[in-house]
Amino acid sequence: MLREFGIDDILLLLTGAKWTVLLSLIAFTGGGLLGLMVAIGRVFGPGPLKFLIECYIRAIQGTPLLGQLFLFYFGFSIFGFDVSAWVAISVAMVFFSSAFLGDSWRGCIEAIPKTQWEAADALGMSFVQKLCYVVLPQAARIAIPSTVGFMAQIVKNTSLAAVVGFVDLLRMGQLVTAATFQPLTVYLVVAFMYFAMCYPLSQWSRILERRYNATHQH
Amino acid sequence: MSYEFSFKPVFRNIDLLLEGAVATLQFSVIAIGVGLVIGTIGAATKVWGPKPLGFIVSCYVDFIRNTPLLVQLFVVFFGLPSVGIGLSASQAAIIGLSIYAGAYTVEIVRAGIQAIPRSQIEAGLCLGMGPLQVFRHVIIFPALKVVYPALASQFILILLGSSLVSFISAKELFHAAAYLDSRTFLPFEIYLVVSFMYLAMTLGFRALFYVLGRFAFSGGN
Repeated sequence: MLREFGIDDILLLLTGAKWTVLLSLIAFTGGGLLGLMVAIGRVFGPGPLKFLIECYIRAIQGTPLLGQLFLFYFGFSIFGFDVSAWVAISVAMVFFSSAFLGDSWRGCIEAIPKTQWEAADALGMSFVQKLCYVVLPQAARIAIPSTVGFMAQIVKNTSLAAVVGFVDLLRMGQLVTAATFQPLTVYLVVAFMYFAMCYPLSQWSRILERRYNATHQH
Repeated sequence: MSYEFSFKPVFRNIDLLLEGAVATLQFSVIAIGVGLVIGTIGAATKVWGPKPLGFIVSCYVDFIRNTPLLVQLFVVFFGLPSVGIGLSASQAAIIGLSIYAGAYTVEIVRAGIQAIPRSQIEAGLCLGMGPLQVFRHVIIFPALKVVYPALASQFILILLGSSLVSFISAKELFHAAAYLDSRTFLPFEIYLVVSFMYLAMTLGFRALFYVLGRFAFSGGN
C-alpha cells in the first residue's frame, strides 16, 4: 500500500543518515591513519617502497571507487571471508581515502623547507623527533584546509554503499521511494540531507584556506 | 583457499566490455564538453554578471558540489518523470553528468579568470579590442592555461564518476560488466579486468590532456 511522504519518512531517512555519518567517520579515521603511513612511506621510505606506494596511489586514483568496492565485496568471499556489505564498503572507503589523503599530505610534508630539517639536525634531534616535533606540526597546518575539504568528498562517496545494499541515507531513500512512490520529493530531501552534511565542511575548508593564505601573504 | 580464477570467459566476451568502454568514453567526452561550456558561461556570469544571476550560479555550484553524483542522477532519472519530464537512461546520464561536470568547471574557470590581472584587461581595451575579443584573447585563453592541470584532473574524475550512470541503467562499461557477471558468475575477475580498463582510460586521458596542453598553449603568451 502506498502512503504519503511524511514526518515518519523524514525520521527514517535520518536513521539512514546516521549510518552515512558513521561510515564517513570510519573512512576518515582509518583512511587518515593509513594515509599518514602512505605519506611518510612515500617521502622517506627506501626506493622500492616509494615505488610501490606510488603504484598504490596511482591505481586507486585511476580506477572508480565503484570498481574497488566491488572487488572488495566479491573478493572477500572468494578468499573465504564471508563479509557483510558494511565491512566491504568500510574497507574500500578506507583504502580510497588513504590514497587521496596520503598523496595530498605527501605534498604538505615536502613543502616544509629543508632548513627546518637542518635546524632540527643542528639541535641533535633523532629522525622521529624531527618528524613529530618539527615537520609534521608545520605540515599539518598546510594540510588542514584540503583535508577538511576531502571530508566532504568522503561523505558524498559513502553513497556508493547503497549499491551493495548497505542501508545508508541513499539506500533508505530508495526504500522510502518504494513505499511512497514520490521519487522526486524523496531524492530531493535525500540530496538536501547530504548537502547539510557536506556544505559546512566545504565552507569551513574555504575559510581555513583563506585564513591560511592571509597569514602567509606579505 | 580453494577458489580457481578463470579469466577465460571474461576475455572471450571482451568485445562486450570494449563496447561498454567506448560508451563510457562517449558519456565522459560529452559531459566534459558540455561542462566546459557551462563552466565558462557560469564563471563569466559569476565574475561580471549581475548580482542575482551570480547568486543563482553560486547556488547551482554549491548544491551540485555538496551532494553525491549518484543522488543527482537519481533525481534526474527517477524524480523528473513525476513532473512530466521522462528521460531515457542515456539522456538522463548525459544531462546528469553534464550538470555535475559544469558545476566543478565553473569554480575552476572562475579561479583562472580571477588570476588574470586587471591591468591586462585594461591594456586589451586600450588597444581597441572589443569586449568579446578581450574575453577571447586576453581572458579566457590565459585563464584556461593557468587552471589547465586542475581542469584535467577534474575531467579524469568525471570519467571515473561516469561509472555511476550504470545504476540508472545507462549502458556503459559497468553496465556491461554487470551483464557479463549475470551470465558467467565471475564478478571478481570481471571487475578486476574492468578496473584495469578504467586505469588504461585514465592513463590515456592523462596522456591526451598532456599533448593537448602542449599543443594548445604552446604559442604566444
